[in-house]
Amino acid sequence: MDLRAVSDRSAASGSGPLTGRALVAGTAEGAVLYSSEPLSFWGGYDAETGEIIDRRHPLAGQVGADRIMAIPATRGSSTTTAVLLEAIRRGTAPAAFLTRGPDTFLALAAIVAAQLYNRAPPVIALAPGDFDALRRIPRARVEPAGTVLAR
Amino acid sequence: MTSVRLDERDLAFLGGDEGEGARLAMSILVRMADVVGARELLDITAAHIDSSLYQGPATLEFAERLADGGARVRVPTTLNVSGVDEHGWREWDVSESWAAPARRQMEAYEAMGCEPTWTCAPYQTQARPGVGEQVAWGESSAIVFANSVLGARTERYPDLLDICCAVTGRAPAAGLHLTGNRAGQVFVDLSGVPRRLAEEPALYPVLGHWIGLRVEGRIPVLDGLPVRPGEDDLKALGAAMASSGAVGLFHWVGLTPEAPDLDAAFQGREPATRLRPGPAALRTARDELGSGLSDAEGLDLVVLGSPHFSLSEFAALARLVKGRRRHAGVRMLITTGRAVRALAREAGYLDAIESFGGELTVDTCILTTPMLPESIRRLMTNSAKYAWYTPGLLERAVAFGSLADCVESAVAGRVTRDDGAWTSEP
Repeated sequence: MDLRAVSDRSAASGSGPLTGRALVAGTAEGAVLYSSEPLSFWGGYDAETGEIIDRRHPLAGQVGADRIMAIPATRGSSTTTAVLLEAIRRGTAPAAFLTRGPDTFLALAAIVAAQLYNRAPPVIALAPGDFDALRRIPRARVEPAGTVLAR
Repeated sequence: MTSVRLDERDLAFLGGDEGEGARLAMSILVRMADVVGARELLDITAAHIDSSLYQGPATLEFAERLADGGARVRVPTTLNVSGVDEHGWREWDVSESWAAPARRQMEAYEAMGCEPTWTCAPYQTQARPGVGEQVAWGESSAIVFANSVLGARTERYPDLLDICCAVTGRAPAAGLHLTGNRAGQVFVDLSGVPRRLAEEPALYPVLGHWIGLRVEGRIPVLDGLPVRPGEDDLKALGAAMASSGAVGLFHWVGLTPEAPDLDAAFQGREPATRLRPGPAALRTARDELGSGLSDAEGLDLVVLGSPHFSLSEFAALARLVKGRRRHAGVRMLITTGRAVRALAREAGYLDAIESFGGELTVDTCILTTPMLPESIRRLMTNSAKYAWYTPGLLERAVAFGSLADCVESAVAGRVTRDDGAWTSEP
């Protein structure tokens, strides 16, 4: 329903920064953890350790804490938001989220975390081509305007 | 600043006129309305709350922030499963350190005026929203049932947001609330499903799993099966799609309220994608639902009831187990709601099930409360949702089979499955 909200313009072909829509604005820098597969945080992310525990997911066994997590979207359970909120409280959440179009579940968890804990990972919705370009970016910096710079 | 058009009531909530809890709820709602690009909020007539699930101190803190801030629900509101079987948790391996905060979270939602239904299938016993009714439901399997089978209108509300809608009686006018966003997008042609498989109830969770992986968040339209599915079938189908994908609505041509015919289901548009599952693909999908447990291997637990077991499922199970007894090494657990348990007791179904050695847990399920002892390592289920989440959430092996397979396996003490329907040809 939200895909129209993101511009089709893609910067992926050039070498400049990618600019998405900051659903939740903020600054973060870290190693990019990329997958083209959607992830449910409930049953997929361990809030105690930050490990990805969905055994069927390509990122299974990786740790998301402090990484720039690039996933196309969340999927499945409506409890994803609760698991992410708990991870943010514990400090085991990713440093930022980059998605392929807007993901409302990630945005909600970040918005509630800002209310409860005064901190929230930025959530940036990218155009599809820009999201796919993240595959080749090992490390990135996210800026408040929704700009993503390769580092 | 927001570009969402707010009316006087919305502004009163935001200004704190209705208390701090309601102010917090409305401020989150308005932020989310901006995120989804809604121009305004709309009135809802009912809500179903998934936020009641205890996931650690953060979810309890959120619930108590609202409740202590005087938040009260404005519309009839049912509660999804909780983090603990309120009265029965001591019979399993739940620790006091988990049960205490989980119970506190239950109390917070009851204090906000929610009905203590504690079930992921409220449509089995509670008042159902009608066709076209605007509601705010959480719980992925309940959302897809409300939209698809009941024809009510709810967006896929995540935990933390459903309660904000209930407390304000409002929801962003976006997504599946709006007619134009409810058109089918993917055509699923079921004419390649063999008749014998079409008559097998385990087809539905498997088919849902297969579809969810392929359509992700889009709206599938199903047609061409020679058999009319029942409500339990549609419950299993939707829950599976909502686990492996992010499906909030499907149409079944000639069956669901918004799909009297193909044209209506697609609102006159052309499907963007067509899928046609055949017997080989469905057999593969069935096997994918299992993880780390093969046929003929030993078994510790048969678990049924995700989404919560219905009265008609209790009737079917009672018929299968009557006069029999489970293997000494295999426990059988059925997860259901309090209301359905009472009805199943009254109907006499529980006599046969308890004589068989079956046990019941209410209010919650194996995925949402840490109830299984360490000694239980190998599970079997007829639920795609249980099968999908067991490896990650419970770190245990799981096999998927039909209800009859589950009963036979519980008696045999090892995984036994009748492959007849799955190897049939069209």
